Amino acid sequence: MSAFPRAAELGLIGCHVCGLTCRSGPGDAYLEGGHMVCPRCGSALHRRKPNSFVRTWALLIAGFLLYIPANVLPIMRTASLNDIDDNTIISGVVELWVKGSPDLAVIVFTASIVVPMLKFLSMGTLLLSSQRGSDWARPQRAKLYRLVEFIGYWSMLDVFVVALLTALVRFGLLSLVEPLPGVIFFGLTVVLTMLASMSFDPRLIWDGRDTDD
Amino acid sequence: MSTASPGTLLICEHCDTVYRRRTLERGEVARCACCLAELERHQPLGVNALLALVLTAMIVFVQANMWPIVTLGLNGQYSGTTLWGMIIAMWQQQAQVVSVLAAVTLFFFPLTKMLVLGWLLWFARDGRRAPGFVRLMVVLHHVGPWTMSEVFVLGALVAIVKAHTYFDVVADPGIYAYAALTLLITIFAGVDLRQLWDLTREDPA
Repeated sequence: MSAFPRAAELGLIGCHVCGLTCRSGPGDAYLEGGHMVCPRCGSALHRRKPNSFVRTWALLIAGFLLYIPANVLPIMRTASLNDIDDNTIISGVVELWVKGSPDLAVIVFTASIVVPMLKFLSMGTLLLSSQRGSDWARPQRAKLYRLVEFIGYWSMLDVFVVALLTALVRFGLLSLVEPLPGVIFFGLTVVLTMLASMSFDPRLIWDGRDTDD
Repeated sequence: MSTASPGTLLICEHCDTVYRRRTLERGEVARCACCLAELERHQPLGVNALLALVLTAMIVFVQANMWPIVTLGLNGQYSGTTLWGMIIAMWQQQAQVVSVLAAVTLFFFPLTKMLVLGWLLWFARDGRRAPGFVRLMVVLHHVGPWTMSEVFVLGALVAIVKAHTYFDVVADPGIYAYAALTLLITIFAGVDLRQLWDLTREDPA
């Protein structure tokens, strides 16, 4: 990848927080307790996010483990006079579809099932390919990462739906909605996968073996 | 080789490619030639316009939080809720994790964002840096990804449709305030707050 000048090769570091371009030598980015610090905003400077692979793997795996109970356990209980109905994420989607709002069913399905699965698969692919220093489809992988970052937090949708219904449907014996443990696992999955995509450093996609000479 | 000063250089955050910065015309977006990520875009809104938007967002935010969002009816009984009603209900129903998540992403972080931004912009009108500027800019950077009001609006819509099968649904003013808030958030999505570093200078203390 010698076509473009890269900051690491020029001895420059971009600050993650304020975007300032710093020289990584002495004089510009000053040292504080052995770390380089941005002269403008005081945040720690790193050529690459520290321990990016390990952190991202850890958060991603943790997120995936919590995603299992999030899907298996029911997220919401609807109780009325003579019947108790526990809903999982997928049964909630099916119910929406059957009750005549297929468009919303698609939205919820996307936010709760497609987006998390896409995140696990994409982040896994990005991690594996970058760790091997692969130069396969780099622009596409870069794009995939930006997509994952952009859509990540929309998965919170179902959590808010359950929360709002819990607060609204309080008609004593006639009708009640209660949250069930699945929704807690699901909320935590979303947070962990968001943290995972934040701790991944997309510049690692472009690092690795230089193959073009 | 001429050495450009670091201030005129721009580094792509997504692939580490270095560029010489250039002034953008209205509507222009600078993209990285290597990974196609957006580097910078022209910022059509000045400090005053941004401040006006933040103040509007604050007013709408207060309304969105005070007014009930939606009311359900069943056999003449009615039950409505506000955002805080929802947060408290989740806490009481043994879902404290969800309660805290909702409080943070729908109330505390959006509030922090607006207050900090309002404070910084107020001083930035005369090109000054507000007290605590550096620390607050860092706070703003970290809080940014964790505000989810727009997701909540879609969630409210889904909840309404789900409830519609069994209950009478009355949309309350809060939902309209939330819709307006979403619109403002969308406008802010294109605003690069890092420009405040360049628009202000340190006071010669």
